[in-house]
Amino acid sequence: MYRDFGTIFIFIFMGVVLVYLPLLIQKLVAPNNPNPDKLATYECGEESEGSAWVQFNIRFYVVALIFLIFDVEVVFLFPWAVVFNDLGILAFIEMAIFLVILLIGLAYVWKRSDLDWVKYNVKYGRGRYANLFEKPNTVEDLK
Amino acid sequence: MGVLENKFQDNVVVASLDKLLGWARSTSPWYFQFGLACCAIEMMASAASRHDLERIGMMPRSSPRQADVMIVAGTVTMKMALRVKKLYEQMADPKYVISMGSCATSGGPYWQHGYHVLKGVDLVVPVDVYVPGCPPRPEALIEGLIKLQEKIQTERPLTRDLV
Repeated sequence: MYRDFGTIFIFIFMGVVLVYLPLLIQKLVAPNNPNPDKLATYECGEESEGSAWVQFNIRFYVVALIFLIFDVEVVFLFPWAVVFNDLGILAFIEMAIFLVILLIGLAYVWKRSDLDWVKYNVKYGRGRYANLFEKPNTVEDLK
Repeated sequence: MGVLENKFQDNVVVASLDKLLGWARSTSPWYFQFGLACCAIEMMASAASRHDLERIGMMPRSSPRQADVMIVAGTVTMKMALRVKKLYEQMADPKYVISMGSCATSGGPYWQHGYHVLKGVDLVVPVDVYVPGCPPRPEALIEGLIKLQEKIQTERPLTRDLV
């Protein structure tokens, strides 16, 4: 039993050695001439401007999630469609169940108006504009 | 400077290690794609299947951090010269420059009246090999690269300079 642990130890040891030995060799052999230009951020030869930390609209998160779901759907659909004739009725039913599950998800995000950039179903806080999208604006509203 | 670079007296061991380092450096000089004009088309042709630069160990890189050789292929305008200089500085040592074609070497057809063209890229970066031609054929570029490999092979990275 201890011999098995010995094997694991040798594996770990060799893993560490194979990472740090090349680093050590390059430390010894490679020339090291840093200067401000070399240490600067590579931006195709341009001077880099501003910070890399930029704010992103949080709504892209939902868009990315929805995209991911239907992206995976297409990934599954294509190979299924290619060999559709050989698979028979069982695979068709399975794929139909899969599609129905995703369609429920689609109905859900549609209902929550995640497909719209401006969410008409969501109350934007309180105040004058809180009920702005609940009913169509008419002339009576504006009076 | 590196830890071991230029630190040793010349002797048999150091000379052999120098040869080993020269072999390692010269047989896989990855080049930085620096296509500026029509010479870039010939550079691409050199890398493509007919001439196949990979058989002499050369592989195009898109980032100066991964490149050893910068092939300045084409007309270097005054505006681009600043970028050439900065990109050369951003390459990791040891680094080499090939001036490809007459534009990069001397300004080429713009040598007299080209108000906007740098008259030779060696005004901003140190050039190791000049490849003549307008544009040079892939064979000419390959000969330049082999000359560069010979030059790298004869370098003595570990040996202390006598002067």
